[in-house]
Amino acid sequence: MSTEYEPVIGLEIHVQLATRTKMFCGCDLSFGDPPNTHTCPVCLGLPGTLPVLNARAVHFGVLIGLALGSQIAERSLFHRKNYFYPDLPKGYQISQYDVPLCSGGSLGEVCIHRVHLEEDAAKLVHVGESGRIHGSDRSVVDFNRGGTPLVEIVTEPDLHAPDQAREWLTLLRATLKRLGVSDVNMDEGSLRCDANVSVRPVGSQQLGTKTELKNMNSFRYLERGVRAEIERQIGLLQSGEAVAQETLHFDPASDRLTPLRSKEEAHDYRYFPEPDLVPLVVTGEMHAAAQADLAELPAARAKRFEQQLGLAPDRARELAFRTELGDYYERALAADGHDPVTVANWIPQLVERIGSDADPAQSKVTPEALATLAGMVSAKEVARDAARDVLTRLVAEGGDPRTIVEERGLGSLTADDGGLTEIIDRAIAADPAAAEQVRQGNMRAVGPLVGFVMKETKGRADGGEVTRLIRERVG
Amino acid sequence: MSELIDLTAAQAAKLTRAGELDPAELFEAYRARAAGDELNAFTWVADVAPAGPPAAGAPLGGVPLAVKDLFCTEGVPSQAGSRILEGYRPPYTATVVAQLAAGGAPLLGKTNQDEFAMGSSNENSGYGPVLNPWDRSRVPGGSSGGSAAAVAAGLAPWAIGTDTGGSIRQPAALCGIVGLKPTYGACSRYGMIAFASSLDQAGPLTRDVTDAAMLLAHMIGHDERDSTSLPFPGEIALPAREDLRGVRFGVPEELAGDGIEPGVLDSFRATLELAKRLGATVEPCTLPHAPHALSAYYLIAPAEASANLARYDGVRYGLRVDAPDLISMYTRTRSAGFGPEVKRRIMLGTYALSSGYYDAYYGTAQKVRTMIAEDFRAVFEGFDFVVTPTSPWTAFELGAKTADPLAMYLNDFCTVPMPLAGIPAVSIPSGLSAGLPVGFQLAGPAFSESRLLDAAYALEQAIGFDGSAARR
Ligand SMILES: [Zn+2]
Repeated sequence: MSTEYEPVIGLEIHVQLATRTKMFCGCDLSFGDPPNTHTCPVCLGLPGTLPVLNARAVHFGVLIGLALGSQIAERSLFHRKNYFYPDLPKGYQISQYDVPLCSGGSLGEVCIHRVHLEEDAAKLVHVGESGRIHGSDRSVVDFNRGGTPLVEIVTEPDLHAPDQAREWLTLLRATLKRLGVSDVNMDEGSLRCDANVSVRPVGSQQLGTKTELKNMNSFRYLERGVRAEIERQIGLLQSGEAVAQETLHFDPASDRLTPLRSKEEAHDYRYFPEPDLVPLVVTGEMHAAAQADLAELPAARAKRFEQQLGLAPDRARELAFRTELGDYYERALAADGHDPVTVANWIPQLVERIGSDADPAQSKVTPEALATLAGMVSAKEVARDAARDVLTRLVAEGGDPRTIVEERGLGSLTADDGGLTEIIDRAIAADPAAAEQVRQGNMRAVGPLVGFVMKETKGRADGGEVTRLIRERVG
Repeated sequence: MSELIDLTAAQAAKLTRAGELDPAELFEAYRARAAGDELNAFTWVADVAPAGPPAAGAPLGGVPLAVKDLFCTEGVPSQAGSRILEGYRPPYTATVVAQLAAGGAPLLGKTNQDEFAMGSSNENSGYGPVLNPWDRSRVPGGSSGGSAAAVAAGLAPWAIGTDTGGSIRQPAALCGIVGLKPTYGACSRYGMIAFASSLDQAGPLTRDVTDAAMLLAHMIGHDERDSTSLPFPGEIALPAREDLRGVRFGVPEELAGDGIEPGVLDSFRATLELAKRLGATVEPCTLPHAPHALSAYYLIAPAEASANLARYDGVRYGLRVDAPDLISMYTRTRSAGFGPEVKRRIMLGTYALSSGYYDAYYGTAQKVRTMIAEDFRAVFEGFDFVVTPTSPWTAFELGAKTADPLAMYLNDFCTVPMPLAGIPAVSIPSGLSAGLPVGFQLAGPAFSESRLLDAAYALEQAIGFDGSAARR
């Protein structure tokens, strides 16, 4: 019988902070601008220049720490991490080392080890076939990214499955987005994730040898990379081989993991305290300012949507984990909060029509309009099917749903309308067999009759009301 | 002409401010002398006087300034004495240089120095040694040897340099001029090409104490570009004190006895007698950890330097020796660009920071540093100033110590404890020994510069040192 293995996964996440300027100089942050247009003597590492810490980046760091329930260090230190590489103009990266800004905390089921501040490296582009520095014809450097403020969030090894890792990263991303500290865009590299992976026999308390996975720059790649590595490690162990501690590069095209050349990773970074900076002291005011900026986080928001507004857990998470959906939803409730569940159910309808990545606030449908439409459905002023058409029209043209319903005569037909009774009578006449079955209590037979009515009324009638009236008429 | 050159900078500034001396004439007089420099004190000299007169009422009166090569000056070669920065012209100007220019001290030229300020004789310059104007077969001291020699020889009215372990005070002593290392953080380091960031400080090298006070007054102040700079408490007034009544001098036995050349010790003791006659009390004191200062210094400074000098990699500026791959390009560039002493210190520092050695070397050195600061704190409870000889010996002959780095490092024996403690210290000429100048050092608590300069001024008046021989 073969041994069963349990994966143990920890994540290291680099987050570019959405400050206006870089970590240690006054250059604007940029993405996609022409190379080397956002540089100055400081971020180019020119002789004689000195770093000055970005107060906004510290504020964001404290904010993240508070959101994760971390201990905020009253006094933390910056170190120099020394290594030679063309993307590192000073020959060292300024990073926090043994005394980070934040320690401990948790998000969901995962404990946080630490959160620290550092600066991003510049971007190296290798011209040539390999795309790697070794074997390239030449390399060019774009210093626009160099010095961008980063936080590195390191989790404890609390994750045990690839999809769990992916889901947790989604929650972290939602949390950071909600805090407003980063664009958290994996495509653009403002959110980057490495994973430490090991496996151990189920029941064992000891950790196996871990490998570090790099270059998983999407949620899918993270899940696939971790899955591939778990399978690789289990395969090794099952064939009696040992897992080597190494850094692996994930190639999403082939799902293969290749070791980084040892030359690229064998470093003695010779950390020592950065003498150009004074210790970072977080004052009571700084703490309070971050506390005041601490928005309600996605996990708490989902819980509130569920418990106070009565949403189903899936719907609550769907809205809360995408900040822009949650915000849109709450604005709609502010306009008409009579039936939060119905309003919530209309958001996915809207998302379906505007595209799953679009921000509804940018669409032509105002939250007030959506709330009105949902209210009309609740009040049976408009039937669900007709309301869907109204929404399609709102997405295309904007406007007030009430006006659209009136102008197009889409209002619900009710029993009071002679028209509806007449149509129901025609439906019964058209299918007497079905009518007879309904009369005998077989409600499954009501379907074709209702369908007839809906077709005739172009969806303007309320399904429940029609069913009730049919039963009444077949008497 | 020779009259002009014999004016101190303060005297010259007074005349230009009064309209009795044309600053352009003054600038040209020094420019011509600097251009004809035979001491190799300058690495670059201005072609012309700055356009237009100094701003009305500019306190420094348009008196031209010699600036150590490692201060970045926009568009002007700033090579820090290193071949790896040959021809490098920065796109910006160091804060202190800009402040001094704004105060009315225009740039006369850049002065030679030990490469990246690593040295005590100026023989480590990538641009050749500087000669001592008192005896051209001797060194001027270092690393600010070009600035010291230029001021002593009357090639510049005044100059600025940097001090990391004695690099202002020791050459000032060996050249018979005044050199002040301010409190760490008093002057901005922005634009100073770094040697050891936690120790480097800019300071004046001048003909007398008054000139030093004038320059210092325009160098100090918090700079938002330097997080380690601090607002200076109070102002630097021109020194006027004629006596030392009630001033307590402490003479640390560790720094004023063994290993000091007899002629230097004689001059030191004579100066102490003079101080007593001016009303000072002179008592022995103790800095128990001072003998370890040199060891701590030669771990901390190279460790910081090993990181500070990593940026000279041939990628963006300065020298690049092309090679087929990256590692070879780094290796060839740095092998060709750095001199032997710089390489030695990069290796020392790299080793001291290496994993497994950090605690034993860098960590221990930092602890010693804390103890030395504590020693000074304790002494200053009972004394106003600590006084020592500045250098254990007078100017030595070129090549005399180059074969033995450890002997060379002993130059800094008396000057290294103060930067480790971050406190200010000034060296003034106390006389001649066998025809060569001797320096007398006073050190005070952090931000005691005004009191320090006052005491130095009182001594200076009493000593009456005549440095004119070096200008002939
Ligand atoms: Zn910049």
